[in-house]
Amino acid sequence: MDITKLTAVELGKKIKDREISVREAVEAVFDRIKAADGEYNCYVTLCEEQALKQADEIQKKIDDGTLTGPLAGVPVAIKDNMCTEGVLTTCSSKILYNFKPTFSSEAVLNLEKAGAVIIGKTNMDEFAMGSTTETSYFGATKNPRNPEHVPGGSSGGSAAAVAADECFYALGSDTGGSIRQPSSYCGVVGMKPTYGTVSRYGLIAYGSSLDQIGPITKDVTDCATVLEAIASYDPKDSTSVKREQDEYRFTEALVEDVKGLKIGIPRTYFGEGIDEDVKEKVLAAAKVLESKGAIIEEFDLGLVDYAIPAYYIIASAEASSNLARFDGVKYGYRTEDYEGLHNMYKKSRSEGFGAEVKRRIMLGSFVLSSGYYDAYYIKALKTKALIKEEFNKAFAKYDVILGPAAPTTAPKLGESLSDPIKMYLGDIYTISVNLAGLPGICVPCGNDRNGLPVGVQLIGDCFSEKTLIRAAYTYEQSVKRGEE
Amino acid sequence: MKEYETVIGLEVHVELATKTKIFCGCSTAFGGAPNTHVCPVCSGMPGSLPVLNKQVVEYAMAVGLATNCQINQKNIFDRKNYFYPDNPQNYQISQLYHPICHDGGIEIETADGGKKTVRIHEIHMEEDAGKLIHDEWEDCSLVDFNRSGVPLIEIVSEPDMRSADEVIAYLDKLRLIIQYLGASDCKLQEGSMRADVNLSVREVGASEFGTRTETKNLNSFKAIARAIEAEKKRQIEIIEEGGKVVQETRRWDDNKEYSYAMRSKEDAQDYRYFPEPDLVPVVIDDEWLNEVKSRQPEFRDEKRARYKAEFDIPEYDADIITGSKKMADIFEAATAICNKPKKVSNWLMVETMRLLKENSMEPEDIRFSPENLAKLIELVEAGSINSSVAKEVFEKIFADDIDPDKYVEENGLKIVNDDDALRKTIEEIIAANPQSVEDYHNGKEKAIGFLVGQTMKAMKGKANPAMINQILKELL
Repeated sequence: MDITKLTAVELGKKIKDREISVREAVEAVFDRIKAADGEYNCYVTLCEEQALKQADEIQKKIDDGTLTGPLAGVPVAIKDNMCTEGVLTTCSSKILYNFKPTFSSEAVLNLEKAGAVIIGKTNMDEFAMGSTTETSYFGATKNPRNPEHVPGGSSGGSAAAVAADECFYALGSDTGGSIRQPSSYCGVVGMKPTYGTVSRYGLIAYGSSLDQIGPITKDVTDCATVLEAIASYDPKDSTSVKREQDEYRFTEALVEDVKGLKIGIPRTYFGEGIDEDVKEKVLAAAKVLESKGAIIEEFDLGLVDYAIPAYYIIASAEASSNLARFDGVKYGYRTEDYEGLHNMYKKSRSEGFGAEVKRRIMLGSFVLSSGYYDAYYIKALKTKALIKEEFNKAFAKYDVILGPAAPTTAPKLGESLSDPIKMYLGDIYTISVNLAGLPGICVPCGNDRNGLPVGVQLIGDCFSEKTLIRAAYTYEQSVKRGEE
Repeated sequence: MKEYETVIGLEVHVELATKTKIFCGCSTAFGGAPNTHVCPVCSGMPGSLPVLNKQVVEYAMAVGLATNCQINQKNIFDRKNYFYPDNPQNYQISQLYHPICHDGGIEIETADGGKKTVRIHEIHMEEDAGKLIHDEWEDCSLVDFNRSGVPLIEIVSEPDMRSADEVIAYLDKLRLIIQYLGASDCKLQEGSMRADVNLSVREVGASEFGTRTETKNLNSFKAIARAIEAEKKRQIEIIEEGGKVVQETRRWDDNKEYSYAMRSKEDAQDYRYFPEPDLVPVVIDDEWLNEVKSRQPEFRDEKRARYKAEFDIPEYDADIITGSKKMADIFEAATAICNKPKKVSNWLMVETMRLLKENSMEPEDIRFSPENLAKLIELVEAGSINSSVAKEVFEKIFADDIDPDKYVEENGLKIVNDDDALRKTIEEIIAANPQSVEDYHNGKEKAIGFLVGQTMKAMKGKANPAMINQILKELL
């Protein structure tokens, strides 16, 4: 048996049943990483020694009955923008190349409580800015389905690690699609929960009002299980939402039942710019759900075109301020030669940040500067509110909105960065979900003619993760049985 | 020379007396080794998030209510972006667009005995920065984040003051209100109250304001008065010489009694304010507002009137005592114990004021407890010690808050009421001073005073003067 092929929940069960030890699982995954990561470059930092030590400790707790959860002993990979105490946390940036946090993020602590073994930190677009994982200071990650292609981004390392069996599941973060789009490109399951569901404490912020941590997994069962472990109300995060207790029991939604579920398909999502194969596969997924009893209807979702400009203004504005703390004074990279404070700031930041990050800092600084604030930032906030209203209208009629996660499958390495506007436009299906704070899940729905994965995205109203999980699980199980 | 009028507005920063910082649980205690009152939040570590301390909102609300402000019921924090190493995130969390209080004002007394209102434009909440220490020897700078995240309110007045006296009157009144609320100790020297002076001059009768400057680094009322006089003079001289006042920020050096330009308006930074996305809006509902309202303490005017009515103490005394929260607190607590308001008032008005002056202290620096003052009064009232011993004991109370009962006992200061011992001493004094005895018999009444004094001296102050008098007359 190849242990690394197991899903997280399958492995968790085998560990519980004493078929596999935690140490065996960790060793297997490191063997796989050693064999494959030279090619894919999913990881920025590996913690083998620590993971083996952790494995033995967790094994003891499983043996003595302290740890009984489904993820106990299962190795996990963490995106490198989530703080891990004493373990390098770089955001794939030179400016944090040597940064070791003094505390772990809440989501990571929640996983540790569930008995997870952290095996390493995954590569990403620098500070989560990008859609390809090519803006990383530590080199691009390659798509395990076809290494000539990008894995998507910004959580490309996490999605690729799951796809390449270099971990059993991973955490990603999603500001404008950074979990769902790479999940789509790599053929894995990824979910961005409702804003406020998973604590942002310890997540190094890109766009604070949009950032949300979520699972990237091999299947929907793992997705629900991981979400259940990481979601919590956290008083340390003022934007954290306190939900009803049963709303946190996401695995309860792992049932095949979409009878009468109203699914809306926005016509605007299938217009200009969408790849024919993507369109076909996504609509085929809708058919599967229809065959299981869902009611499918096309409708017009307004303001789709305004999401991208509004997003890039809000996210960049917040980023320009969030990234101000990286100044060479307290931690991270500081330039070698400088004259005086101002010069030290300027050189450290010029040398420490990559081109895409600088572009967004400049954009964000511009839209917040006096004289432009009302014309850009305030207008973007108003647009955001209007987009939310459009979704409210849609959710008055539908339980779920179905569409693609990205207009195309994974582009080839090196094709995207030369035309950032084109790259930004690729975020069209994911961005509005962040602007409205909604949950969204991406599930694989086949391959295009070149064998690259396509993902279908299900979007729900705030706090409707269970509905999304139910629909995604129903689809996944039907496909598994060959009912396409 | 033409006649000029000075126009002054103030920006007053007040450090709030919360136990913990505005956005984290770190202590706000003054002092402490560098970087010992810090955590990921107030040292700007990546991934940390702020959580608002509700007490800050309550203090700000209380100050706003006491200064007749409107309270903004939906509070949003904004980020003020600027790079400086004392500011760990390189932005300060403050309030620009929706300050918690606005459109208030307080009444002050003017030099001619009249009254005027100084309007308050707004009060907003914000966090303090850390402290930079420049090490000249090592040629480096060090930063201490202990103060980073200490809560502040900034009280911005309208340009309604016309002289240094009015500024001092306004600050005094503001300080007292805040001290009465317990929202801050408002010590200028320690920086828990800081005032920046916006000042311009114009010809008397002009309708437009002149160009203003902002003067910073004013650490005492005296420095504020001196800086105002100097800045007024400087601006008038510029205008008289045909020049133009430049809008700029100036730093006052109180030793040199001179200010110098720090930065002009042209260098003014664009702070790129925007709503703080890590905090949710704070909604102050009517219930909360009324709760804070109901907890407002008795302020000076009410207290003064009550002291006169309830304790029958003179207006002047009531005025001085209520002029400091600390004095008023001691007065009320000591009176409650010994039930002798006039005696308590006297000790505060005379001896306490004298010792404060001699030690260059403010009433807020008083360390003694009302219990010990009350005990002292009771000792005097019971005739256990005489007034000169009482003064001596009070000095000890003032300095070290000693227990007067114990002190008097241990130092044997109790009045000797032993008739025989006293009689014996007086006999000796009479024998030793025949001249005075003769003078007395010749009708010089004063001579007896000398003999009383001599007796007292011999008794080391521990005798009852009335008793000495009586025995002396008897023996003579």
